[in-house]
Amino acid sequence: MARFKKDKGKSTPAISTASLPDIIFMLLFFFMVTTVMREVELKIRVRVPQATELKKLEKKSLVSYIYIGKPLKKYQKIFGTEPRIQLNDAFAEVSDIQQFILKERESRNEKEVPLMTTSLKVDEEVKMGIVTDVKQELRKVNALKINYSSKKRDKNW
Amino acid sequence: MARKLQEINAGSMADIAFLLLIFFLVTTTMDVDTGLVRKLPPPPPPNQEKTPPIKERNVFIVLINSKDQLLVEGELIDVHHLKEKAKEFIKNPYNKDNLPEKKIIEVPYFGKYAVSKGVISLQNDRGTSYKKYIEVQNELVAAYNELRDELAMEKFGKYFDELDKDKQDAIKKIYPQRISEAEPKNVGGN
Repeated sequence: MARFKKDKGKSTPAISTASLPDIIFMLLFFFMVTTVMREVELKIRVRVPQATELKKLEKKSLVSYIYIGKPLKKYQKIFGTEPRIQLNDAFAEVSDIQQFILKERESRNEKEVPLMTTSLKVDEEVKMGIVTDVKQELRKVNALKINYSSKKRDKNW
Repeated sequence: MARKLQEINAGSMADIAFLLLIFFLVTTTMDVDTGLVRKLPPPPPPNQEKTPPIKERNVFIVLINSKDQLLVEGELIDVHHLKEKAKEFIKNPYNKDNLPEKKIIEVPYFGKYAVSKGVISLQNDRGTSYKKYIEVQNELVAAYNELRDELAMEKFGKYFDELDKDKQDAIKKIYPQRISEAEPKNVGGN
């Protein structure tokens, strides 16, 4: 008993770090909830054009992305330098788009299907020909809500 | 000995949590996707008869060729002037004969209002660059947005974005966004 008292009185106890994990966990959960994992690895170069009349894309879970641009240097040997389409992680042809959209639809709730948006991330140097082909394919599967992804630019230019 | 094991040392818990935290910090992408929202026309029905022709004065034709030049209503112009021209076309402030007709309809908050029948028709070549295409789209959307803002300011003293949904809908009725994109074709010149 006496020894016990002596111990307590001698040195000031270290600050309790027991609550530190709790704080860190709180941060951790915050980031876990807000995280959107980088879903695709871009194999093409996409520098989106700039515009002023932008709208934010809401409900990211309802957005499917189509990328169009020149293949990156390391893929140019196989795929050439002409603009190509990328869906998810792979190069694709125009004819694959219908399948892609239908697949995206299957994974969503039926009620959400009319709200689904297709975001076109197209490099600014791409010619409209391929973009028009993609748009025609989208029309065929009735994916009519589209978004031309672009960055903010100042109004006065 | 027994006394030492009273409590599990929770000090390393923080390290583990930190590790996870850093992992999620690195993989997080906070960027918001922004862009021009557009709606594509539904696919044409297979046995469609020819659509009734629209009067020439009601159509504002914008052509972009493969050299990224702009032909608006038969005139070669620069992108920077497109917005003004489009605004004049949509609004037709002096009721000119060569600008679109107006139709009087009932609009909430405004009563009877003469709404323009104008349609903007955008055609591009397969060789047009995407950059130019977006620039033009942007100017056309900007024209509509500015007109809506002007009307909202005049009527409610606020910007269009700050209004509630009913009022926005009323303004949208007066200035409906009608940008039609024709079926693709070659506008000549390669």
